[in-house]
Amino acid sequence: MASPVEQFRIQELVPLKLSENIDISLTNSALMMVIGVFVALLFFWIATARRTVVPGRLQSCAEILYEFIANMIRDNVGKEGMRYFPYVFTLFVFVFLGNFIGMVPYSFTYTSHIVVTGALALTVFAVVTVIGFARHGAGYLRMFFPKGAPIATAPILIPIELISYLSRPFSLAVRLFANMTVGHIMLKVLAGFVVSLGALGAASWGLGYLGAFAAFSMVAGITVLEFFIAALQAYVFTILTCIYLNDAINMH
Amino acid sequence: MPQFEDIASFPSQLFWLLVCLVVLFVVVSRFAIPRLADIMEKRQKMIDDDLEQAERLQAQTESAIAVYEAALVEARTAAQASIRSVSEKSAQEAERRTSEVNSRLANQIREGEARINTLREQALSNIRSVAADVATGIVSRLAGLTSVPQARLEKAVEDAIKEN
Repeated sequence: MASPVEQFRIQELVPLKLSENIDISLTNSALMMVIGVFVALLFFWIATARRTVVPGRLQSCAEILYEFIANMIRDNVGKEGMRYFPYVFTLFVFVFLGNFIGMVPYSFTYTSHIVVTGALALTVFAVVTVIGFARHGAGYLRMFFPKGAPIATAPILIPIELISYLSRPFSLAVRLFANMTVGHIMLKVLAGFVVSLGALGAASWGLGYLGAFAAFSMVAGITVLEFFIAALQAYVFTILTCIYLNDAINMH
Repeated sequence: MPQFEDIASFPSQLFWLLVCLVVLFVVVSRFAIPRLADIMEKRQKMIDDDLEQAERLQAQTESAIAVYEAALVEARTAAQASIRSVSEKSAQEAERRTSEVNSRLANQIREGEARINTLREQALSNIRSVAADVATGIVSRLAGLTSVPQARLEKAVEDAIKEN
């Protein structure tokens, strides 16, 4: 049986090479990203096609999504944060769709790869830092030593603040990647139990069937849990982005 | 784990991530957000318009009620005024008639009194002459005086009447 991490293997679908070393082939991961973008496009297209005053189901969903992200920014960043609404909206949709497309059997979870989540997190980090320096200039360095703190605490406070600031992209990237990876491994392992215990069923006076049934129930339960985590992690990624944006715009 | 081992796939993942993110950003910022914002703005505008119209109609209703009440008050005062004028007129009429009747009656009374007076005076003068005649008769019969001057006799009668 394949290893539980086999599902994360990148498979080349359409070979494409820029040069000898740079391979930008269309892979299963890339295909899912493209599908995600198409799903988003299709969703927004159909949802806003009729533009009814009393929204239908899909339009309601789109409006709820819009209001959800808009409120998240308004509550966490304030009115000024609405300038970055499209960016935050894109991030949420991309991560959300990545997590959910990954829940489809035989598909691929592109958010389970540290390269992808790391790139997303570093982008957030870079954007936030640029915004911070653009708005406050050198004053943004105050982030690492808040006003009112005793000067004697500087040798301790500044390194701590610096490390916590610099560790943001890592925590952001690892949280999403680890949640997705672990969930999928867990599903794979438990589903493997169903098969292997089921195979033992007849030879073990039916005990194997019992075990297989227990494992199957867990797979079912964890599948539900994974759907929840898929939504939750997209939310966490987005709200942390909002909180970092708030730090950059309003300082703290 | 392939996530850490398959470094050769990183450029491809990053490339497609960039492409997809950019395309998704364009889709979201140029398509989804404007359309959704437009829909919700229109709805909000419609709600606001409806509320505004309701308020306007409410104001219209209130002004109509005010006009109606003003008309009612006006009609009531007009009715009261006409009632008052009618009653005043009839009171004046009655007074006029009463005074007319009164004056007529007073006239009649005055005329009657005048007639009574003349009649009484006539009667009195008749009484004098009768009394003078009677006195002449009495005097001539009792005293045998026939040559009592008429003037003196009349004077005596007059005095006698006055004493009574």
